[in-house]
Amino acid sequence: MITVKNLSKSFNGKKVLDDISVTFEPGKTNLIIGMSGSGKTVLLKSIVGLHEIDSGEIWFEDTLFSELDFNDRKEIRTEIGMLFQGSALFDSMTVEQNVRFPLDMFTNKTPKEKNERVNFCLNRVNIVKVNKLFPAELSGGMKKRVAIARAIALNPKYLFCDEPNSGLDPITAILIDALIKELTEEYSMTTIVNTHDMNSVMEIGEKIIFISDGVKCWEGNKDEILHSDCSTLNDFVFANSLAKKLKAAK
Amino acid sequence: MIHFLTQVGRYFIFLRKVFAKPEKHSIYYRQTMRELVYLGLYSAGIIAIIAFFMGAVITLQTAYNTQNPIYPKYLIGLGCRDSIILEFSSTVAALILAGKVGSNISSEIGTMRVTEQIDALEIMGVNSASYLILPKIIATLLFNPILTLIGIIVGIFGGWLAGTISGVITSENFIYGIQYAFIPYYIVYSLIKTLFFAFIITSISAFQGYYVDGGSLEVGRASTKAVVYSSVLILLFNVILTQLLLS
Repeated sequence: MITVKNLSKSFNGKKVLDDISVTFEPGKTNLIIGMSGSGKTVLLKSIVGLHEIDSGEIWFEDTLFSELDFNDRKEIRTEIGMLFQGSALFDSMTVEQNVRFPLDMFTNKTPKEKNERVNFCLNRVNIVKVNKLFPAELSGGMKKRVAIARAIALNPKYLFCDEPNSGLDPITAILIDALIKELTEEYSMTTIVNTHDMNSVMEIGEKIIFISDGVKCWEGNKDEILHSDCSTLNDFVFANSLAKKLKAAK
Repeated sequence: MIHFLTQVGRYFIFLRKVFAKPEKHSIYYRQTMRELVYLGLYSAGIIAIIAFFMGAVITLQTAYNTQNPIYPKYLIGLGCRDSIILEFSSTVAALILAGKVGSNISSEIGTMRVTEQIDALEIMGVNSASYLILPKIIATLLFNPILTLIGIIVGIFGGWLAGTISGVITSENFIYGIQYAFIPYYIVYSLIKTLFFAFIITSISAFQGYYVDGGSLEVGRASTKAVVYSSVLILLFNVILTQLLLS
């Protein structure tokens, strides 16, 4: 479980996150939604410690993560997997080397064990016969899958996904969403997904928080989101004409 | 001024991060070997080519400017040797490497920053500054002295070849000149300068790339800054080291 208490963050005097409190539950796909520029990515990066917060607390189970220094955070970080918006695969490494990297860095497994784990992770995300390719030779969807394989290589307790289906076609986006949900359930991970894609919300949103202008405006699940009284959330959810028509028909 | 001091402070904090204890020595060793090839071995060609022609030009220019019969001909060889050892092999080569290696390091690390690859390393718990930059610093500190020696040998050879082919000096005179009043300490002086310059090129360029904020435009700017700042610092340290080592 990850708990965020009264988190605030500013950049150059401009408040980007204001007094956010939320609990992300284990074994569930937790979604952070909001418009572009609302502060979703800053919140996600603040939780994992890529941005130092101005005030508030971030707890990973019983550990106050936000108060730890870089070295003390290492132990928790080996339990974190993260899928970045642009995949963030290492350009100079092949697919296989990318997935093997955390194993090389943090385990004492034999080369054979590492190979087995790499192949298992790649098979798990339905990637085959690309072990020797470089990231530049992969499609967007394949890159995301490889990035997920790398993220789960160390069996993480926490999975963070920043816009996992941005730039993907609708079918691939649904497949990536389904994969994230399956892995979350399979490994009982605490998964936090950052998205503004309503398809993802309706597919995998077991717990959802809505952020607008750096403030948490709403919290609920995918069933409740369609019946919210929050006007900014409704503007977001029913932004496209099809959704507006469906709402009017209701 | 405050911005300058902030940057200096940031640079030293960055260096502390770079020289932190490595996570896994075997991985760092592998990375260092890789960098030895990319930053060191792949620079040998350009250093050799430039050294060859510099040696040739120094010989020809010295010959044309010392046509007075009171100057012994072997001075041409001596001039070529000392110019190559004292300045070309360390300082001029370092300026060339600031352009080649410095821009390479800065753009590589800058691109990793803007494509979130550095964030990915940090998330895993890897000290990204140390993992990416320490092997580069070690590799250049190990290999740049070899490049300096290559520069000296090839430069003097270029001088000899140009001098003898053009007929401005005989082979015997040139060889006598390069042996005349030879001070072995000059080689040590050149190698010491090379070590300082190698550290400047790698750390300044990596620093510029590591703190890139933005996109491809900023990566390009960081790369330019890396070359400019490295070059200026090389020239500054050239004066300081020369005063310290030769006075």
